[in-house]
Amino acid sequence: MSESSTNRVLKHMADLDYSVVQQCMHCGMCLPSCPTYLETRRERNSPRGRIALMRAIADGELEVTREFGEEMYYCLGCLACTTACPAGVDYPQLFEHARAEVEAADVLFTPGRRFWRWLTLRQLFAKPWMLRAVGRMLWLYQASGLCALVRKSGLLRILPENLRNLEPTTPIVCRHFSDDLIDEIESPSARKYRVGMLTGCVQDLVFSDVNLDTVEVLLANGCEVVTPRSQGCCGSLHAHNGDLEQAAVQARRLIEQFDLASLDAIITNAAGCGSHLKHFSNLLRDDPAYAFRANEWDRKARDISQWLVEIGFRKPGGVAEVTLRTTYHEACHLCHGQGISKQPREILRAIPGLELIELENATHCCGSAGVYNITQPEQAGKLQREKAACIAKTGASLVATANPGCHLQIQNAVGEDKVVKHPVSLLAAAYRAEKGASS
Amino acid sequence: MTPVTKAAPVATLSSSTIARLRELAGAENVLTEPEDLIPYGFDGTAALKHGAACVVMPRTSEVVAAVLRFAVSQGIPLVTRGSGTGLSGGSVPVDGGIVLTLVHLNHILEVDPANLTLLAEAGVITKAIDDAALPHGLFYPPDPGSMKISTIGGNVANNSGGLRGLKYGVTRDYVMGMEVVLPDGSVAWLGSKCVKDVAGYSMKDLFVGSEGTLGIITKVLLKVVPRPKARRTLLASFDSMEAAARSVSKIIERQIIPCTLEFLDRRTCECVEDYAKVGLPTSAAAVVLMETDGHPAVVEEEAAAMEAIARECGAISVEKAADEAHAVRLATARRSAFSALARIRPTTILEDVTVPRSHLAEIVAFVEEVAARHRLQIATFGHFGDGNVHPTILTDETDREEMERVHLALEEIFAKTIALGGTITGEHGVGLAKKPFLAGQFDQASYTLMKQVKRALDPRGLLNPGKIFDIESPSA
Repeated sequence: MSESSTNRVLKHMADLDYSVVQQCMHCGMCLPSCPTYLETRRERNSPRGRIALMRAIADGELEVTREFGEEMYYCLGCLACTTACPAGVDYPQLFEHARAEVEAADVLFTPGRRFWRWLTLRQLFAKPWMLRAVGRMLWLYQASGLCALVRKSGLLRILPENLRNLEPTTPIVCRHFSDDLIDEIESPSARKYRVGMLTGCVQDLVFSDVNLDTVEVLLANGCEVVTPRSQGCCGSLHAHNGDLEQAAVQARRLIEQFDLASLDAIITNAAGCGSHLKHFSNLLRDDPAYAFRANEWDRKARDISQWLVEIGFRKPGGVAEVTLRTTYHEACHLCHGQGISKQPREILRAIPGLELIELENATHCCGSAGVYNITQPEQAGKLQREKAACIAKTGASLVATANPGCHLQIQNAVGEDKVVKHPVSLLAAAYRAEKGASS
Repeated sequence: MTPVTKAAPVATLSSSTIARLRELAGAENVLTEPEDLIPYGFDGTAALKHGAACVVMPRTSEVVAAVLRFAVSQGIPLVTRGSGTGLSGGSVPVDGGIVLTLVHLNHILEVDPANLTLLAEAGVITKAIDDAALPHGLFYPPDPGSMKISTIGGNVANNSGGLRGLKYGVTRDYVMGMEVVLPDGSVAWLGSKCVKDVAGYSMKDLFVGSEGTLGIITKVLLKVVPRPKARRTLLASFDSMEAAARSVSKIIERQIIPCTLEFLDRRTCECVEDYAKVGLPTSAAAVVLMETDGHPAVVEEEAAAMEAIARECGAISVEKAADEAHAVRLATARRSAFSALARIRPTTILEDVTVPRSHLAEIVAFVEEVAARHRLQIATFGHFGDGNVHPTILTDETDREEMERVHLALEEIFAKTIALGGTITGEHGVGLAKKPFLAGQFDQASYTLMKQVKRALDPRGLLNPGKIFDIESPSA
């Protein structure tokens, strides 16, 4: 390895305080929580094994190799190990820095990979207008019937196999995006709080209805909602995929869009975004222009269920005619990433006519894990099937979950006969039913 | 980042040796890449690291025998490993040797309710043993802290303890038989399903706690017992360790044998509570977790008596676990104590000295005194009822000066333990970590006897060499 590449390679791990790596005392308590370790029973596929490899790199015993790179991308980033770890290891930070190290060393280089990373991380998810334009085209393609025609024609056979297998699972894009549905400022009749609303990127394209439901619920609970226009990706996609530099750009841009001082909270309804955007202070620590605001941001960032329980949300009244058997899948980045488990259940239990059936292994990853179902379809498929089997055992007709990736993954797993909903959408529906009954 | 000392250069095995191992075990079960080997360089013990030359993951005991026979024929040292959660460095590899990990030998072969036995392969997870006993109304009591991932083979090889030792004993008390691969590659079955069996030497007992130095345990026949019908968990807090110790002595004096009498000092409570959030008091000097199980009527009676005794001895508060789930959460939280203490300093060194019960308060006070004298942070928790204490030194392995003080403190704690008629290790084993202190506990005859046994079974010294004690050059 040349000297310059050594310097470059050690940059991201060197940015970390050595004590973060040292925090792991390799007791092995993480092993039974790790989906990849349980699959192979090999130490390198476990959290403590991966940390040992990171430490070996930090200690200069191992170079950043292709094998190391592949290992870091075999990790789902589900963070189940973070919940299991009694020693309090900051695995999310280690994992993001390790992936950044892999990218800096370019050990996984192929022309195709470089192109896709450039297109997604540096173009689509870096430029809000471009993502929405592509979303609009996709909607046209799906809504016009062209999609059905293409599928029938067999034209898809020209796609490489992994893309062809994924094509039927392409999410259906919404007709209206969040900015069309939600005004920049929405005020309740009696204002108790003022909150900022994050529209997200995938959420905005595919689940703008969940964003609308979130705003309705906030209004019903006395929150004035400020939704800045044309928001971009919060950078979680970038940080999880080794592009910390662009993640910082995204974070700065987002912070600029909100007048933090005037807001009581910043609300997100997507678990994957929430677990990232509560740590902007880590990302912008060394940027004097943003470090203070990033701290403020972290202090105010809330998941919607967390916020609702914090302010003592109003329980919807009325009695439902039918009982709906519902189960709850815990998105990894909500339960492991943010430690939020009780609040979504509290919301679900408050809904008239909803019977909550506990899901076996509710905190196990469904295999969505960001783009894992695209990059590691085999392992993702296995986890998806396990999740579907657990859901089937509950006999529930409705599955609640609070993250767009999980939502799509589970919807694809359970098929048409079960409905998948965000808890906040169910709460919004309950409020609406109340109004309908009283009018 | 401050790089720490580099690992010693690793001797590699020749390509023909690797090729032969691949033939024997299947290519996919032999790992040789550095990225594969580095994570096998350690177990659950702090500050011990060596480099294996290859890892073999056999799927049958026949393959275990074949690999061992080959390794011995080539003079290659071999270290057996389960899930690598050991706390004395017993499964840390030998530089340039083979690591044989038994995690794929993970089948429960038989549950025999008529004879109250269970037969399992060595790589079965400890908790899975109890889970398999449960549907038959049976119970496998030993519950080491890492039971969710530790293997039964590792438990037997280290004679693991746990939280229930006072009433139910330790792993040894449940081993009725085993299959062992001997260093010459032959496979021996030791023991039987008979409750009484005095045919010849009790060879199985030789292998319990042998730490992989005499043979490789591939199957174990375990005793299981009827599952207790009821359980009561209490949490008592005290403003001094002496008061806590006094109430524990009183409980035993009144001939109550609860299944669990665990104590945690304030620092341990703070760390565990920070992680598990189960409502442990963090202001008390000592907290005692008590659990009684058995017939419902007896359990109620014993729980009431223990509560009264604790109050008599000046407990600040005595709380009852709300329900079974809460009781399990409390015990689980206690099991995480060692790892939770790692929150404070970079390196966490855990000891498990054990003294006769009556000397427990004395050794706890001595540890506190040693900590103050050597200016060290030592948290203490452990099994009050067993006299088994876990002084845990919170330090930093990269701080040479502090590590010297750590070693002085350890020497003093071991010396005091031995003076009190105790043992340097109650449940973790000797491994590498306690090897320097072992000779101090034995008279010359018994220490020599142990080495003679090792030489007789493993004359070339290839099975887990350098663990427990060093054997003078095998050719000598």
